[in-house]
Amino acid sequence: MHGRKRNAASKPEEDAASAAEALELRLLQSQFMSNHHQKIYTKEAIQLSAKLQEINPEAYTAWNYRKLAVEYNLDSADPSLVNSILDKELEVVENALKRNLKSYGAWYHRKWVLSKGQCSSLDKELQLLNKYQKLDDEIKKNLVLRNFHLWNYRRFVVELTKTSEQDELQHTTDMINDNFSNYSAWHNRSVLLSSLVAKKADGFMPKETIRREFDYVHNAIFTEEDDQSGWFYYLWLLDQTVKMETPLRASPWPSDGSNIILSGPGCFNGSSSKFTTYCSESGSFPLILYFDQAVSGVSSSTVTIDSELKSNEDLVWEPVPEKNSQVSCVWVARLKFDRTEPVKVKVSLGKSRGIVSSTGCNLITPYEFVFTVHIDDTVGESQEGIISWTDGFDSWDAQSSKDLNSLITLDQLEVDTGFEWRKQAIKIEIEQFRKLPDSKFGKLNLAKLLMAEETMISDDDAVKGVHYKEILQLYNDLMALDSWHDQYYKDEHSVALLRKVTSSTESLTRHLFRNRNMNSIVCLRLNNLTLSRIAALEKLLFVQMLDLSHNELHSAEGLEAMQLLCCLNLSHNRIKSFSALHSLRHLKQLRVLDVSHNHIGCKHPVDTTRYLCSSSFSNSGETGRKVPSKYRDTYLVLRDLMKLKQFDIRGNDLIAGEEFSSFVRQVVPTLVWLDGNKLAS
Amino acid sequence: MIDLPPYPPLDPSNYYLIVVGTGVSESVSAAAASSSGSSVLHLDPNPFYGSHFASLSLPDLTSFLHSNSVSPHPPPPSSPPILPSNSHELISVDLVHRSLYSSVEISSFDSEILEEHSRRFNVDLCGPRVVFCADESINLMLKSGANNYVEFKSIDASFVGDSSGELRNVPDSRAAIFKSKSLTLLEKNLLMKFFKLVQSQLAESDDTTTTTVKISEEDMESPFVDFLAKMRLPPNIKSIILYAIAMLDYDQDNMETCRHLLKTKEGIDRLALYIKSMGRFSNALGALIYPIYGQGELPQAFCRRAAVKGCIYVLRMPITALLLDKETGDYKGVRLASGQEIFSQKLILDPCINVGLESLSSLTDQQNETLRVLVPKAMINKEKIARGICVIRGSVKSDISNALIVYPPKSLFPEQLTAIRVLQLGSGVAVCPADMHVLYFSILCENDDQGIKALLSAMSNLIRLPVPESDSSVENDTCEAKPLLLWRALYVQELVKGEFGGTISSMPSADGSLNYKETVESAVKLYEQIMGSEELFKEEETSLENTTEENEGGVEIEEN
Repeated sequence: MHGRKRNAASKPEEDAASAAEALELRLLQSQFMSNHHQKIYTKEAIQLSAKLQEINPEAYTAWNYRKLAVEYNLDSADPSLVNSILDKELEVVENALKRNLKSYGAWYHRKWVLSKGQCSSLDKELQLLNKYQKLDDEIKKNLVLRNFHLWNYRRFVVELTKTSEQDELQHTTDMINDNFSNYSAWHNRSVLLSSLVAKKADGFMPKETIRREFDYVHNAIFTEEDDQSGWFYYLWLLDQTVKMETPLRASPWPSDGSNIILSGPGCFNGSSSKFTTYCSESGSFPLILYFDQAVSGVSSSTVTIDSELKSNEDLVWEPVPEKNSQVSCVWVARLKFDRTEPVKVKVSLGKSRGIVSSTGCNLITPYEFVFTVHIDDTVGESQEGIISWTDGFDSWDAQSSKDLNSLITLDQLEVDTGFEWRKQAIKIEIEQFRKLPDSKFGKLNLAKLLMAEETMISDDDAVKGVHYKEILQLYNDLMALDSWHDQYYKDEHSVALLRKVTSSTESLTRHLFRNRNMNSIVCLRLNNLTLSRIAALEKLLFVQMLDLSHNELHSAEGLEAMQLLCCLNLSHNRIKSFSALHSLRHLKQLRVLDVSHNHIGCKHPVDTTRYLCSSSFSNSGETGRKVPSKYRDTYLVLRDLMKLKQFDIRGNDLIAGEEFSSFVRQVVPTLVWLDGNKLAS
Repeated sequence: MIDLPPYPPLDPSNYYLIVVGTGVSESVSAAAASSSGSSVLHLDPNPFYGSHFASLSLPDLTSFLHSNSVSPHPPPPSSPPILPSNSHELISVDLVHRSLYSSVEISSFDSEILEEHSRRFNVDLCGPRVVFCADESINLMLKSGANNYVEFKSIDASFVGDSSGELRNVPDSRAAIFKSKSLTLLEKNLLMKFFKLVQSQLAESDDTTTTTVKISEEDMESPFVDFLAKMRLPPNIKSIILYAIAMLDYDQDNMETCRHLLKTKEGIDRLALYIKSMGRFSNALGALIYPIYGQGELPQAFCRRAAVKGCIYVLRMPITALLLDKETGDYKGVRLASGQEIFSQKLILDPCINVGLESLSSLTDQQNETLRVLVPKAMINKEKIARGICVIRGSVKSDISNALIVYPPKSLFPEQLTAIRVLQLGSGVAVCPADMHVLYFSILCENDDQGIKALLSAMSNLIRLPVPESDSSVENDTCEAKPLLLWRALYVQELVKGEFGGTISSMPSADGSLNYKETVESAVKLYEQIMGSEELFKEEETSLENTTEENEGGVEIEEN
């Protein structure tokens, strides 16, 4: 147990003493048990159990016996004696706590006694707690400061005594002033403040409260920049500052004001080279909603479609990735079209309540977007050649940027009343943390603050994107400074980098190309960027061809949001298994997939990514096919890729022998190219 | 004074050691000698224990200061200085009393109230003085067992003051830095980093296996004030560290007036003492503690320890003369005021006891050599300490009773060359009645006027002088918050160093520092010279029973 000194090895005479003690305890215990079984509740019997509890507070049966004894005695006792009986119980608990301050049984018994309605001594309870929390012994102090029994019991008593939250807040202040490394006190403070702010208590408006708390916690952070308690509290505060009153944001595809062109089957060879072409083969196209938090309740009743297209009244909204799951960030519905002339479609959500995030936030502000669908029914020949990721890319022409604008510019935030002061608060914080340049936490915090400010700047603001360079530098510094948390910084670096890339049309176009071989399809190339994580998906919903090769990705997690994706290059990354590619099975449009030169199949003792994905065993029941267990993960990913034509898995640890290729061909009948070789049909 | 009955003659009349004076240094020596098994006679001319370290009631303090101050009229020459002793082989040399105090001025502003409570005061002669928990004096008390006779309480807070009258908390601990309202965030960061550096420096000096030194040798030898500047500490923090934590006296930024420029090494040592003190006793609030019933308890505790070990105590017994061997000039014994002659091998004397210059001329060289340490010397580089005591109604800082206040050099007025220290003590340490406080002031000075002027300036910064009724309405608005002065003493004390002289040694006077570190260290050194490098209080079996009884805020010092 932390904070307790280990006892020195016992001497023989001590052994003898402890043996004698054990004997005494056993004797006591057997006497007690016989009393208990015979339901003897005399004074002597009760005293015996008290003695037992003083020696061993963990004897739970003894506590239960005392409860029975108290009830028995209360029934027969004079009402004037009630208090003395209960007082005696409190005393026994106190003695037991002297032996072990972390005894569950003792604390529970105390709660039970109080619930018997001895309210007269409740004030004494708080005094007792204060006494415990002011213990002079340094070792005991550590035991007490972060003792959750004590804090839990405190909250219990506070509720019973109806002590005001303001008083309790003052108590946390006192505790923190005494020693600001008291995480429990900071935590209790955050709970109390949340409640006071929610109640709109006098003097606890969010703006003032957050400013005051920032100023307070700065003292801890600046006094000792490596102390974690203050930082945890700080991160909580930062979260409160950034949190909007309307926390849900949705980004759609097709986006507001966009023109999309639907072309028929074999569109890769078609004449249209427009950027917003979507190749539709089944007379329908997807409507995608991407929320910044996982939500539930997306349905035809919460999302209304207004268009001339028929038979779309009862759209079925499906969550990606899991059909059975009720919450997801990504929701897809398939809109049928039956016309040849352009059609305007208006989608509105938030008019009726029902879309709720997993944290309980409602989408309150109504939100709508309009797009136009054009039909291009030129039927081309389907493309049969192999798609290369190395050549055939033309650089982006400026003319297409106009279309792009409508795709990546998100709707302006609904500016709520608190927005300005929140922005201001972040600004002040950034100034503060620029003064702590040498500290690890200081750098991390500054990066987080800059990122927060970046998300608060609206898209049309000229200063949008100015912080990314600094943020990336900070994470680079941190990787060098603190190699223990290298992976975390790398992930954050990736997120910042992707946000930077998607922050403006200009920066995004640097990564956009047209593929000559693919009918000038638009390709987003994010290769060689040391990415370890994928982010900023809300702005990349339109992407159909994506090159993520030569990065440091461990998993394809998140890509399931890019429902239009048909060509994906994940070669030269750090993917270790097929289960890390699990999210790809939701990309129904995928035709080309390159996972070559990863570490798939590597005998890794524990596949950590598997726990992040939904269990593969849950799906095993539905397989009608006999699948060798070693290919189960492969099967689970590939079986849903109904359009896959080209698959590359060279250069992995997995031995892609004849057995494997025949298995893959069996699972994916549409496959034409495997590892660069054309398969005999 | 009431005539006291004559003393019965002392028996035995032969000792290994005679100690005269019951100050801290003398008492430590007496206790150490008697616990090592030597026969010791401990005398004091005063009717109380403690000599210049005593805690006295207001009237006693007044009369002590007056009788020990430089009087304008020298005492009439007494009988011829050198007389033959009762024994024919010995000669006796008369001793003279040297006055340590000057410019004594005592004023009472409300004698009625003070009269009423006169016996409830325990006022220190050598204030302001506190004990650092990691101080050598505490170690010695634990070692000797003297800790059984004295109990301490914490000093609640320490402040830095300036001419504006505002008192700012000294951020001396992690929690204090956290709470401080006067430091900026960046200052908190720098100060805490500096403390951590000092702590890691300490940890390393304890652990000899690691060779990496955080502070370079070169820095250790450089002036501490330069090192602080190198650590990017702003001036206000520098001044807090130098004067309120390292407790320096002289202005470290002024090369002309600074008599002692501290090296980084010494500075780190001083901070180490403070930091170690903070954590030593779990029930002490900070680094500083104060004995309940006053400083006088400390020498008394050592005396009680000595008495337990067989030391014989006689108070109200001055010695009048030394007895020397006529032939060899060696020291043989002393003559008491009662006329009795007592013999010993060694003699330790209070700093007030000197040999009259006129008696020296008729002595042989050997005799002169024996008496060397008792010859008053012309003081070169004369350094004095001005002390002040104020009894006030109320407190200089509400809610706080026992507090230390430091005014760094130049903080009160431009000519202030040295730091002024102020200690406020309340009824919690049983030195005054409940609604009052005793304030001690001190400053090192070159002459009386300079010292007294600085004390008065600090006093007016903190306290309100009583004004006649008619004027009070005018004064009321401005100084309403300041506590009212009831009684005041001002005096200047000479700083006398201890001297080892073979058989006869002279102990130092109360020094100018805030704690007992130097006093005790010099007493130990002197004792070792006298007794022949014998360790003090070798393995005392002190009863280390843990007293579990609750004492409100009391600090029980015990060995852990």
